[in-house]
Amino acid sequence: MTTPWLNQALPLAVVLVSVVAAVIIFAAGEERRLLRIVVNLVAAGIKFALVVWIGLTVLAGNAPEFRYEILPGQELVLHADALSILFASLSALLWLVTTIYAIAYLERSPNRARFFGFFSLCVTSTMGISMAGNLFTFFLFYELLTLTTWPLVVHSGTPQALAAGRSYLRYTLTGGVLFLAGVLWLYGLAGSVEFTPGGTLSGLGEEYAIQLRVIFVLLVAGMGVKAALVPLHGWLPVAMVAPAPVSALLHAVAVVKAGAFALIRLVEDVYGFELMCELGLQLPLMLLAATTIVFGSVRALQQSSIKRRLAYSTVSQVSYIVLGIATGGLLATAGGMVHLVNQGIMKITLFFCAGVFGLALGVNRVKELDGMGYRAPWTSACFSIAAIGMIGVPPVAGFVTKWYLGSGALAVGQPWVVAVLITSALLNAMYFLPLLKRIWLVRPAPGAGPAEYLGRIEHVALVGSAVVTASLSVAIALLAAHRLSPLSWVLRIASEYFP
Amino acid sequence: MTNALAGVVFVPMAALFAVILLPSRYSRAVAIAGLLLWPIFLIPLTAMVRAEGAVTLALGNWPVPLGIGWRVDGLTVVTLWLNAAVALAGTVRAAGFFDPERHGARTYWPLWLLLVTATNAALVSADLFNLYVGLELITLVSVALIATADNVPALRAAMRYLLLGMLGSLFYLLGVGMVYGQTGSLALAVPAGGAALDSTALVLMLTGLMVKAAVFPLHVWLPDSYGQAPGPVGALLAAVAGKVALVALWRIWFLFAPDDTALPWLIGALGSAAVVYGSLAAMVQTRLKRVVAYSSVAQVGFLLMVVPLASPAAFQGAGFHLLVHGFAKAAMFLAAANILIALGTDAVGRLSGLDKRMPLEAFTLALAGVTLVGLPPTGGFIGKWKLLEVAWQQAGWAWLITILLSGLLSAAYVFRILAMTCFHPRHSGSRAVPRKPPLAASLAALLLALCGVVIGMFPGPVLRLLALAAPGGVS
Amino acid sequence: MTAELYVFAAAAVFGIGVHGLLIARHLMRKLLAVNLMLSAVFLLLLLFSTPIGGKPDPIPQALVLTGIVIAVSSTAFALALMVRLFRLSGRATLPRFEPDDD
Repeated sequence: MTTPWLNQALPLAVVLVSVVAAVIIFAAGEERRLLRIVVNLVAAGIKFALVVWIGLTVLAGNAPEFRYEILPGQELVLHADALSILFASLSALLWLVTTIYAIAYLERSPNRARFFGFFSLCVTSTMGISMAGNLFTFFLFYELLTLTTWPLVVHSGTPQALAAGRSYLRYTLTGGVLFLAGVLWLYGLAGSVEFTPGGTLSGLGEEYAIQLRVIFVLLVAGMGVKAALVPLHGWLPVAMVAPAPVSALLHAVAVVKAGAFALIRLVEDVYGFELMCELGLQLPLMLLAATTIVFGSVRALQQSSIKRRLAYSTVSQVSYIVLGIATGGLLATAGGMVHLVNQGIMKITLFFCAGVFGLALGVNRVKELDGMGYRAPWTSACFSIAAIGMIGVPPVAGFVTKWYLGSGALAVGQPWVVAVLITSALLNAMYFLPLLKRIWLVRPAPGAGPAEYLGRIEHVALVGSAVVTASLSVAIALLAAHRLSPLSWVLRIASEYFP
Repeated sequence: MTNALAGVVFVPMAALFAVILLPSRYSRAVAIAGLLLWPIFLIPLTAMVRAEGAVTLALGNWPVPLGIGWRVDGLTVVTLWLNAAVALAGTVRAAGFFDPERHGARTYWPLWLLLVTATNAALVSADLFNLYVGLELITLVSVALIATADNVPALRAAMRYLLLGMLGSLFYLLGVGMVYGQTGSLALAVPAGGAALDSTALVLMLTGLMVKAAVFPLHVWLPDSYGQAPGPVGALLAAVAGKVALVALWRIWFLFAPDDTALPWLIGALGSAAVVYGSLAAMVQTRLKRVVAYSSVAQVGFLLMVVPLASPAAFQGAGFHLLVHGFAKAAMFLAAANILIALGTDAVGRLSGLDKRMPLEAFTLALAGVTLVGLPPTGGFIGKWKLLEVAWQQAGWAWLITILLSGLLSAAYVFRILAMTCFHPRHSGSRAVPRKPPLAASLAALLLALCGVVIGMFPGPVLRLLALAAPGGVS
Repeated sequence: MTAELYVFAAAAVFGIGVHGLLIARHLMRKLLAVNLMLSAVFLLLLLFSTPIGGKPDPIPQALVLTGIVIAVSSTAFALALMVRLFRLSGRATLPRFEPDDD
């Protein structure tokens, strides 16, 4: 299906498509609206097509790879394996949808060229992260992600946005330093650290155990900032001041997922699950994840702003991924990995809807949600679907995750995880159900009119995006048994690690 | 073939004389011609260095030490290329600013050419004495260039620089004398017999050089001088001319350093202090040029990390870093100069909406700033990584932490600038740009910044060249 | 004996120069102080020359000559700067702590 040249070029092309798009967008300037829209959509489409192509290649058994020696002894490696495709396809698909949403959302806002330019560069980074074949390349794109998302966070230029940006930088750059220290140390110990299933470090002798533990902590800290592990999550709720498309992207696709993806790679492909357990790191990591899950949910309860509630929900939910990976075993690992996709799609739906609530109805607080079902029925429906998915109710995607995590935990003899899952589900219900109650069961306040959009196209684009992602989250669950569903894909991946 | 080496110094010198002798309406053209011509000599020179490791020349075939001996190795070549690039970029800006009719043109162009000549001459010196002459020349010309601004703050800054420079020279000279007294030779080479130098001489020379290189705490002349330097002068000073003393410091250190470990530690500690102090000071400056100036103080400290980490790999990393930072710093100074000329002010608080008013400059600042922080994929990251590798291998934890911290500290002032210029909602600032810089000037700055980034993606050739600059080696 | 005398003299002159540089306010005095220090350094440099087979060593003398030349040109330049500074600001002193320019 592919020639050797194509094998090399494909991963690079996937990463570079959005760079080209970004350059065109920046150069075209603020006024060329139509050009920008076209470039955005075309680039997103091409990227998605390329990812699908690579996915099929990987399915057929090939492994497209691109290598470039950037420093003597240090290679830049882009390598597509099944795990890369998981993250890349999520990013590419959601980029496409978010682009449509963002075009509509920012219709009358200033500085759109800047926004979409950095938006594109942001996706470049996530593609690079997903395709990175060794820790060095991974780090490169990880830092690039920090760089390209900062302008999006401070986009509106208000004092709150700038403060959020400063907080974001403080956290992510410090995390980056820790990450760099860990990478350096590891490279010093083990030479080049290519991502290989089961890790490459088990060859090191006993005397390195302490060092490996410390490096693990450093790397988890560095990655945990983006993954919003407690107590490194502080930047996330504050970053909610960014416009809704940014929150959608940051929380569903880019930054947070990149952090979680990093942790997956760390546990599976750098250290290897076996080594992690031998070093006694499994339980601390599980506990950290569990703490984050519960803490995030508890804090979510206390939020009166919709977006902040969703932010803390993200903090909590992303740690499902970490918990699944740390628990180990085929089922739990699969559950954690599939949540990468599931949480992404559900959360983006929630943020799309929250964006519509804010933009078209002026509603930003929980208590203003009364009667939303009458005022914006479609949006509310999508919101509800995603919300119950987060709680874990079938037939929405979240249920799949919880099922696999729970069974997986029981399978490896860690029943307390199930308790955590149940607690979390309860807490989720506690902070989502009241919203649904307000939306559907309470009459709107007098004078609260229907949603107002700038135009028909905007209306369709905004609400339609939410509908698409909500439907996807249902489809994922209903069609979970299908050969190409995310679940089947992660089961394939996980079975490589836990045959 | 060694004519190439001679050409590197004599061509700008010839241009200098031409400019002085010819009527002033030709000055700009002749200067530009000279500055375009001399880099051509770098091409065969680079090839020779790659082939043989180093190139030497004794002027007029007079033997050293009575004669003038010149030597070019990998590090020299890299720095010469940097000089060429920055001088050209600065000339583009200057050409628009100092047109022949303008009052300052008569003095400006000769000085500019003299600075390039002096820098080249100092860089290719093969013995301590030529180095002394070159450094003095650089100091004098820099002071003169700063003084062309002809206002009280600039003159005061120039005066301070001159006094401190003279002070530094006399320390250096004393050290040189002592070296001669001890070893009987002035060559920039490993002393015959391998005996280490008396540390007094070394300390004297290093002190003198540290004054000229603006190493904390002897840096006090730098912020004012670079901050007041008019137009593109700051770019050339910060990127190259100021770095000559630093390169000299490296060479002298690697050649003459004693084996005991106290001195490297001290220098490393000063470097770390410089990094912290420079970055913190840069964070609170109100004027863009001064932010960049203090950033240079921090950068010099960073480049001193090579002293405690003495090794060929560290040399490579630091040399690469010198190149990349030279590009970035020059780009920032040029952009700042453009902004100052265009908007009449470079007070950061009044630059909001820069990305609308002067998008090229804003982009330049962003690219250069990110390079300074050392974030991937820029060249700044490559240099940092190499030094980090060395620090890790040698278990130099203090330096490792300094290097890691420097990135964070630079990020603080870089992102502050970016936030205040590009992401601040514009309050009452108008969109007007009173004197828009010529497109060429903006592009020149941008190109320099791009060099700093692109070279991070293709660092191979430069690193190989630097590997040939074995510290202490003489062909 | 003679050598020590010269060294002592050089040190004394150098010390006076340092004192002048630190204490004096007027730029002219600072310049003179620096020149004194330079003279002391030149004296010391000459002391480092050891006659080679009876003939005086030319290298340190070359060093000193060059040093004198550079010192002279620097001083001349500094004087010109000082005059210009005086014309523009009315004072020929450097303020103690340079305030941040705005």
